[in-house]
Amino acid sequence: MQTIQGKSVFGGIAIGKLSLHQKGKNVIKRLRVEDAAAQVQRFEAARAAALGQLAQLYETAKQEVGEANAAIFEIHQMMLNDPDYCESITNIIQTQNVNAEYAVGTTADNFAQMFSAMDDAYMQGRAADVKDISDRLLSILSGADGGAVELTEPSIVAAGDLAPSETVQLDKSMVLGFVTELGSANSHTAILARTMNIPAIILAAGITNPSFDGQLCIIDGFRGVVYVDPDEKTLADCRRRQEEEAQRQKLLESLKGQDNVTLDGQHIHIYANIGDVKDTGAALQYDAGGIGLMRSEFLYLEQRDYPDEELQFHAYRTVAQNMAGKRVIIRTLDIGADKQADYFHLPHEENPALGCRAIRLCLTRPELFKTQLRALYRASAYGKIAIMFPMITSVGEVLEIKKLIHAVQTELKAQDIPFRDDVELGVMIETPASVLVSDRLAKEVDFFSVGTNDLTQYTLAIDRQNQSLERFYDPHHPAVLRMIGMAAENAHREGKWIGICGELGADPALTETFLAMGIDELSVSPACILRLREKVRSTNVAAVREQALKLLK
Amino acid sequence: MTEFQYTITDREGIHARPAGQLVKEAAKFQSAVTIHKGEKSGDAKRIFAVMGLAVKCGDEIRVCADGADEAAAAATLETFLKENL
Repeated sequence: MQTIQGKSVFGGIAIGKLSLHQKGKNVIKRLRVEDAAAQVQRFEAARAAALGQLAQLYETAKQEVGEANAAIFEIHQMMLNDPDYCESITNIIQTQNVNAEYAVGTTADNFAQMFSAMDDAYMQGRAADVKDISDRLLSILSGADGGAVELTEPSIVAAGDLAPSETVQLDKSMVLGFVTELGSANSHTAILARTMNIPAIILAAGITNPSFDGQLCIIDGFRGVVYVDPDEKTLADCRRRQEEEAQRQKLLESLKGQDNVTLDGQHIHIYANIGDVKDTGAALQYDAGGIGLMRSEFLYLEQRDYPDEELQFHAYRTVAQNMAGKRVIIRTLDIGADKQADYFHLPHEENPALGCRAIRLCLTRPELFKTQLRALYRASAYGKIAIMFPMITSVGEVLEIKKLIHAVQTELKAQDIPFRDDVELGVMIETPASVLVSDRLAKEVDFFSVGTNDLTQYTLAIDRQNQSLERFYDPHHPAVLRMIGMAAENAHREGKWIGICGELGADPALTETFLAMGIDELSVSPACILRLREKVRSTNVAAVREQALKLLK
Repeated sequence: MTEFQYTITDREGIHARPAGQLVKEAAKFQSAVTIHKGEKSGDAKRIFAVMGLAVKCGDEIRVCADGADEAAAAATLETFLKENL
């Protein structure tokens, strides 16, 4: 057995015969020619043929993986039509009196070089596109058929690298998985693999060893490992995990579109926590009823300077639009303590967890906060945005926030910028203080959302990042659960709703307790949604209520 | 000549797909269209030139249109940039 560690671009396990795809190596010879014009004509004919192939590939890809992912073949056509690229090739032929192949090869190297030199991983990946279109020309010039991979039985396709056009030409019913020696997580092959739900591993050094061709092979997309000629134990282990995964997927698929309702008819919303705009896809894929927590920190942490209103507005609007009318709860900036960005120039603090973080920072720097609030209200016109504020400890803070919101609304009105004036406002319940004044907070806001990680840390006075204290850090501690229960009672007394967006929300050992408390919403990472739905649907709250609430005793 | 400035707000910058769309938009006009980023510039009708500028989020670009339909070209591209980038 040979074990090769690579990098997974799509999870899942595939077991099957390895089919090594050796590219017809386009060995390019530089040949002097008498008739340069004839070579230019050969190039033009090859270019026309390549454009025809790409137009066909675009249509195929559009049907298989959608227009957005097919766009690459349109880009390839534009590249082949690019005057700089074409002129470079004809110039080399004419000035050096050489064959078309050599001119194409040299031009490809030059243009690929330009992309490789860029300090941007995505653009570096585009060097592969230049190579792909140039290889297509070379194959046509050499009379080959375009390098399609022929598969006669379901196989794991291994290659040095797979060009997008090669990936899309594969007979998908025959492809169990991909392994490549090169490639990047941003390559179109990786993107296509993800879209087609095929396990794929890149950067698997040595996978193109000719002796591997035809051997039994396993790719473990969860661990990024390839096993060639696996021993029986590994094979049995992977078969079992593959089976479990298939079962799990089947079960989860069957839960999509189902209500989050208990056996005795109690409803609960299950929303998704997301940390970035692109996570919206996963939220929708797993059938989230809304976004229960969108962290806005990524906008700040990925920048070298404060993100301006436009940048924020675009991000919030995109999520609101993607969720198409479902509730999207965006948490205002929660920075400080363990999350920092240099440009904030936050002074060193002896005790950052108890320091100037989250709402405290925002209220200390109201201009910063107002930029975010303006972006949020502008985005509110495009969907159902709700806003929540982290680290609240007093009613006074909420009143101060409302004053700022009022100022923002007045400004927007004066500027004739549309926004919704019924945006729901909520506070995070993550400090014991907020729980103890939750009766009064509930009068001021529309909802509560419990951040259980911080609530546990502050209730138990245990630094959650200090691993030596792990045995004392008990998120099931009755003190923490009573805090949640008390906040829930106070919310409901004012007719307001309460959700949980911390890690405990996804803890199946507490689902019954949360249902018994009457928690209205649980927000969890997208991958946990369907499992949680299954738990809710199999619970009879009335029957377990007494037992479930014992955890608070 | 008609020109305007625009700051890219799309987090991925002018990557392959929008570069392709941009080229398509520019190609609809007779005018010469040039994109300037700092000291570099490129023909907006040529995909490699546009991608070669490696325009990222936060970069300010200047778009110049020169020719019979320059006003329309500038207006169309400005709208395209605002809506997509």
